[in-house]
Amino acid sequence: MDLQTLTYTVVGITFALYIGIAFWARASTTGEFYAAGRGIHPVANGMATAADWMSAASFISMAGLIAFNGYGASVFLMGWTGGYVLLALLLAPYLRKFGKFTVPEFIGDRYYSRTARIVAVVCLILASVTYVIGQMKGIGVAFSRFLETDYDTGLYIGMGIVFIYAVMGGMKGITYTQIAQYCVLIFAYTVPAVFISLNITGNPFPQLGLGGSMADGSGLYMLEKLDLVVTELGFKEYTTQVMGSKLNMFVYTLSLMIGTAGLPHVIIRFFTVPKVADARSSAGWALVFIAILYTTAPAVGSMARLNLMNTIQVGEVGSAEGNLSYAERPQWFKNWEKTGLLQYEDKNGDGRIQYYNDKSPEFAAKAEAFGRKGNEMTKVDRDIMVLANPEIANLPNWVIALVVAGGLAAALSTAAGLLLAIASSISHDLIKGVMNPNISEKNELLAGRFAMAGAIALAGYFGLHPPDFAAGTVAIAFGLAASSIFPALMMGIFNKKMNRAGAIWGMSSGIGITMLYVFQHKGIMFIPGTSFLGDMGPNWFFGISPNAFGAIGAVVNFSVAIAVSKMTAPPPDHIQHLVEDIRIPKGASAAVEH
Amino acid sequence: MSNRAEEYWRANIRLVTILLVIWFIVSYGFGIILAEPLNTIKIGGVGLGFWFAQQGSIFTFLVLIFIYAKRMNALDREFDVHED
Repeated sequence: MDLQTLTYTVVGITFALYIGIAFWARASTTGEFYAAGRGIHPVANGMATAADWMSAASFISMAGLIAFNGYGASVFLMGWTGGYVLLALLLAPYLRKFGKFTVPEFIGDRYYSRTARIVAVVCLILASVTYVIGQMKGIGVAFSRFLETDYDTGLYIGMGIVFIYAVMGGMKGITYTQIAQYCVLIFAYTVPAVFISLNITGNPFPQLGLGGSMADGSGLYMLEKLDLVVTELGFKEYTTQVMGSKLNMFVYTLSLMIGTAGLPHVIIRFFTVPKVADARSSAGWALVFIAILYTTAPAVGSMARLNLMNTIQVGEVGSAEGNLSYAERPQWFKNWEKTGLLQYEDKNGDGRIQYYNDKSPEFAAKAEAFGRKGNEMTKVDRDIMVLANPEIANLPNWVIALVVAGGLAAALSTAAGLLLAIASSISHDLIKGVMNPNISEKNELLAGRFAMAGAIALAGYFGLHPPDFAAGTVAIAFGLAASSIFPALMMGIFNKKMNRAGAIWGMSSGIGITMLYVFQHKGIMFIPGTSFLGDMGPNWFFGISPNAFGAIGAVVNFSVAIAVSKMTAPPPDHIQHLVEDIRIPKGASAAVEH
Repeated sequence: MSNRAEEYWRANIRLVTILLVIWFIVSYGFGIILAEPLNTIKIGGVGLGFWFAQQGSIFTFLVLIFIYAKRMNALDREFDVHED
């Protein structure tokens, strides 16, 4: 079977599976729609959370960022796992004890304020929609490669599929489908990694292959070899290159960690376990399943980079035959050129591909002496690396087909979870909670489905011009969640005296300042050409990049909230009792229906 | 809040603080701030700072959560605030 047919078959089979499960377990009540009736075992819940969590950013984009940023990309590895510690230790058990469906519901009750609930809904929607934009980028990349079309067409088709899929199921369907999707995506991620690790280092475990030595008999360690190959072409040394600065990496990691613990679609997973004790371990199980992919990713990234460099730079640097001739470029190269995500321009007209860092002054001088007119790989979209990786490594076709299916599984499962969080906050918090408390269950579900459709359309529109690579866009979403939701939740549990005014001002100022910094760099609502940098230099705040700014926003949120709460009246007694009550597991209701 | 409940809450805060200090040291400490000096120590072909940043901290996070879950469940029973 040729690659195209094989890919269609594998993707078709997995999709039939998901749709079958979604149909079999479709939601009939709002309780099932939002929280799966609280009947999910912690291990199963952990696996579903892992699929929900690991999005196109983790599956498709992260290893590509690791490949090109080396050590600097550690911010993603630590940031997207360390948040689970915060989640398990600071939020999950208490929110489960509290026993409601949505995050704004907690904030509204704890801060005895409808305004606080609405502010939380707004923050939640901003963070979630930005997150879905990141997913749309990933979905667009995966579909454009899979159907061999350009990126935009891939995106439109992807939107259609997400729509059918998420709008039908609800949480119950989504949970079971996500377990299937986890299996598909983890298999698809690890299989090529094992093959490639075996090829390069002779070690079947990618986690160990990272520290292994080259199987080519050079006697070098894999990372030493990689450092050598990239620095020879003027790129920064792989194992030491930082992202921005050390301070930026620190803040970036913190922003992603806090954001993880503040993202509504992850938090609501812990409403779906039967007991408080289960909420604690559930976060651990989720991290077990996430860690399988996250500890594989450093090997995937580094080895993909090595393979890519070796494919283009076939011989000695500087010799004419050292560079691959364009006419002899491999099939994967041609395939990705069709999507527009990989571009080559023969600047010096020699018919060969020169890929090097022309931004490095020392190497640019050397390159000129070799008769080069600049780097000829004019576009290498980082987001293609994972999907292209098995092709670059010459793995069998079924592996390539599997990776496409895995990428789609990752993107779809997360998009569905996020859309659910958006839908529930609009239909449950805004319409039922604020505008029309007497709405029938049927109409509430309908409103939720309309909200999902709206969110897909909006995210798809922005997905046409994403502000960054999938993982970068997602990082902004984390920043928004970090600066608004997490501090409000944490203080709601750990600070009995935190009151309504403090929470409202804290959330508004935190997310406000983060959005200001992001939009100032990336344009208002990411629309190109509307960035208002003016006199201020890029990354003007201590060199911190906009993607990493959420941690600063969170600090602002905490400070403003505490200052304001000191100046205003403390919360009423029944609220302080409520806080005391959520601090102990005893008396948690089994399944709250209301 | 009763004395018992306060004691339970203090024990909880103590446990969480210890675990979060470890959480901070492995990721921000070893993985970022001290990465260069630690990189002079190699395990296989990987510098220790690089290893903590890309793999070691993740393994530690896992251990931390399960220790927390186990210790907290024990505390619940000790203070008789567990469910059922």
